[in-house]
Parts: sequence; C-alpha cells; structure tokens
Amino acid sequence: MENKIKKVDLIFEKIDYLDILDKTFQRNQDEIILDVIDSGLRGRGGAGFPTGLKWKFAKNEEAEQKYVICNADEGEPGTFKDREILTQVPEKVLAGMALCGKATGANEGYIYLRGEYNFLLPSLNAAIDKFHAHMKELNFDFTIRINSGSGAYVCGEETALMESMEGKRGEPRNKPPFPTTSGLLGKPTSINNVETLVFALMIAKEGPTKFKEMGTFDSRGSKVFSVSGDTPKAGIYELELGMSLEDFVNEFGDGDTKAVQIGGASGFCVARKHFKETVIGFEGIPTGGSMMLFNSTRSMYNILTDYLEFFEEESCGQCTPCRVGCQQLLRGIDAVKKGIRPPSYLDELQKLSETMKIASKCGLGQSAPNPFNSIINNFREEIIY
Amino acid sequence: MTNIEEFVKNQAELHGTKRESLMPILQAVVRSERFLSEEAMEAIAKELDISTADVYGTASFYTFLDTKPRGKYIIRICKTITCHMKGKDAVIGALEDLLKIKLGETTSDKKFSLLQANCLGWCHKGPVMLIDDEVYPQVTPESAVEILQEYLKKK
Repeated sequence: MENKIKKVDLIFEKIDYLDILDKTFQRNQDEIILDVIDSGLRGRGGAGFPTGLKWKFAKNEEAEQKYVICNADEGEPGTFKDREILTQVPEKVLAGMALCGKATGANEGYIYLRGEYNFLLPSLNAAIDKFHAHMKELNFDFTIRINSGSGAYVCGEETALMESMEGKRGEPRNKPPFPTTSGLLGKPTSINNVETLVFALMIAKEGPTKFKEMGTFDSRGSKVFSVSGDTPKAGIYELELGMSLEDFVNEFGDGDTKAVQIGGASGFCVARKHFKETVIGFEGIPTGGSMMLFNSTRSMYNILTDYLEFFEEESCGQCTPCRVGCQQLLRGIDAVKKGIRPPSYLDELQKLSETMKIASKCGLGQSAPNPFNSIINNFREEIIY
Repeated sequence: MTNIEEFVKNQAELHGTKRESLMPILQAVVRSERFLSEEAMEAIAKELDISTADVYGTASFYTFLDTKPRGKYIIRICKTITCHMKGKDAVIGALEDLLKIKLGETTSDKKFSLLQANCLGWCHKGPVMLIDDEVYPQVTPESAVEILQEYLKKK
C-alpha cells in the first residue's frame, strides 16, 4: 500500500545555524525569497498562506522601518508543537526570523509568546542573548525581543496580535490592508508561525528541492503534528503531508477510533466512514497540526459543547455574527438536547452558522461553524438524543 | 506618592510611556500585586497619558489581567476538550476540597485562587495545571493535592 505514514526529521534536527545564515546572507534578497517560493512552503499556523509570497510582498514595500514577527501565540486546542519547537530548538526559530529579516529588509523582530508559555521566557531570553552575539559576528543588524500575551486565543489572529503588541484590546483589524503593507505600528510586517520560520531556515540549508519532493502538489513538505485524545501515542510527530486519515488512524488510533478532529476546535470533525477518502493537507482538510482522536466511549455532544464554550468565551465580541452566533449555537444544542426545541432546530442553527461564516470579521467567527457543522452532519443523533 | 504609584512610575521608566508600553506595564503590576486595582489603573493612565477607561478596556480584554483581587498563587486548570476527557473535573473537585473554596474563588487568607483556563497547550499530557507560570502536566486528583501541599507549606 502506498502513502503510509512517513516520519521526517527537519524541524528538530540540530544544525549549525550560524553557518547557514553566513552562507545565505551572501545571496541577495530575491534569491532567498525565490527559494522559499519554489519550495512551496505554506504557513504552518493553519491558514496556509504561501510563505515566499508573503516575504516578497513585505520586501517590495518601500519603508524606513519593517518588522518580522514570530507568532508564538499557539492557542488552538489540540496544538502544542510550537511550545515543543521553542523548547527544543529555539535557536532555529531565531535564525528563521533573521533570515526573514534579511529577505524582507527588516532589522527588528518580535516573538509574541502566549502568556501560558511564560515558563519559556528564561531559556528563550538566554537563546536570544547568544543569538545577538552571533549576529554581531555576522555583522548583521537584527535584534529580537519577546512580547508576552495575557490569555486571549484571538490574539493568534495576526492583526489582533499586532493590536495587542500596540497595547490595545486584541481585536482583529479589517483586511486589507494586509500586514505586509501595514502591520505593526503601521509598518510593513511579515508575521510567520514558529514552525514556518524553522522550515524556511531548513529550505535555506537544503535548497528547495528536498522540501518540494515531499508531500503533494498542494501540500509540499512535512509538518509537525500534535497528537492527542484517545491514542496510546500522544505527542509530537513530524510527518510528510498528504497522508490519508485512515493511514494516520492506523498509526495513532487506539483500535476504537470513532472520529478525528483535524485542525483543532476551529477545524473539522471526520467520522470513521470518511477516514479513507480524507487527505490531511491543503487539498483535503488542512491543520495547524492539531489531531484529536476520539473513541467510541466519547459523547460527541459533550465534545461539541466544549468547542462552543471555548468559542463563546474567546470571541473578542467586536462583530455581532461571531459574538451572538457562538452563544446561540451553544444555547441551541443545549435546547435541542433538553427537548425545549425540536430536532429541526438544528437546521436553523446550521443556517445561522452559514451567516457566521460569511459575515464574521476574522477567522474565529468564520471557522467556529466548522466543528459545529461537521459534528451535526456526522453525529446528528448524538446531539438530539 | 503611594506604593503603587511609585511602582507604576518605575515600570514606565523601564518600559516607556508609549501606548505599546501598556501591556508590559499591566503584566508587571499583575505579577506584583496579583490584580489591577482602580488605583493602579489610574496611575498607569496618568503615566501613559491615556484615559483610565482605555486602561481598563485593555486590561478587561485579557484573561490573565485580572481586575479583581486574586490570591498569591493562581491555580489554573485547563478545561478544554482533551483535559476534560482526561479528568480535569476530578482534579478540580480534589482541590476544592483541599482549599475549601469553589472554582473561581480565592481562599480567605488570600493565598490561593482556583480558576479554569482555556487550552494551555499540553493536550498530550492532560489534565494540566498551571500555578502562576509553573506547569504541572498529567496531574491526578492525588498528585494535584500533593503539589498543593508543598505550596501550603510556603509563606
């Protein structure tokens, strides 16, 4: 059988980043960016925007000041890979930021670290001190500072993150303008996920071909997965993209897997009958890495309630479809479960969720309907009875 | 100048008085005082030359920037999906019994606050407990009580 699980070791491999940066800095900005574009690397935080293009847009902006931000506000339920990367190979993240700085013409970098990961601050700051000394050796003017979050999921949304860094409520901005045009403090900013930056560094090291050869046409390369739930193998795994969910479950399931939530609370719930045809990747169901497995002992009603409570609390409240929509979905399934509303009320709620998808301002309200619809469509009877 | 005014002034010297200095200053006050009092928020507003409403508006957006008094040690139990599946309710129950408070409350000696939090990023090792910045993964009701016994011995 083809397309079995293929383990990869790029992210956590220990390397001499100084040597890679030294060599890469000899090349011009366009060459560096072209390699990233050619590799097919797409953002590893979940949204999957082509990284090389993002860097190119930032590079093409004329500005005195530009910024690089590393988005380490890893808040998606089921995701914990950025914490592991920042714990094991922080120097590679910093080097990835320097590479992005070189490519886009920025000399200041910021790591926005979620407050829940404050315990990483001493080791990260030590790594940054070492990094600054190395940048001096390379004669490259680039400094990195850490900004801490304070417990707000929505700040993982890039423009909310920038609002937070500017000392404001973490409310997402309207786009456009995109951050590469007007980001932090109105300056061109390339904001990348932790894992993306490390892959960019590895592409600089290995060249784009090795990366491009892995995965599929739409989903090049490998990806770090955070595996949790009903599995005997919970943990972090770097795997080649494009595998089927069936192969994944054969590897990580407990033999009784009933459903898998791909992409965290804001992702999709896939039932056993669809494991075979479901591809994990941008052509199928994309994920920032979160893979939560549920076995037959789990109530999908309880799981959906957990997700909706999460979104109800974490909605920033700025736009009505999301603020009120999340509340109504949660109240709605409770009312159906208790028999206060008829089962057909779920259809009304699904219409509401369509409105949320279209009318919400940011990814939170647009994707909160994902778990809702995928669970209702696959496990309707569990929500009703 | 009161203590808190002086503290805020020092923080403003450290972090600056621009709007983007607000988060680090708020975080420093919470770290030191365990919450943001009205007096603290007024002092910050004065230093940064913005309205107190702006300071409160920002602070109240963030879960970790409390505007009501909390204990010396803030215990947060992750409540999201996998930690729920792996038994966070039993852990909370054991700590409620030990500390003689309900979830969301603070002990009368102001030493402990017991709170729930959304996903803390340890889904493969749930249930997870955070005491201030310290992480305790894979806790059981028994091990959580043992950990807290150590904190009870501290001043």
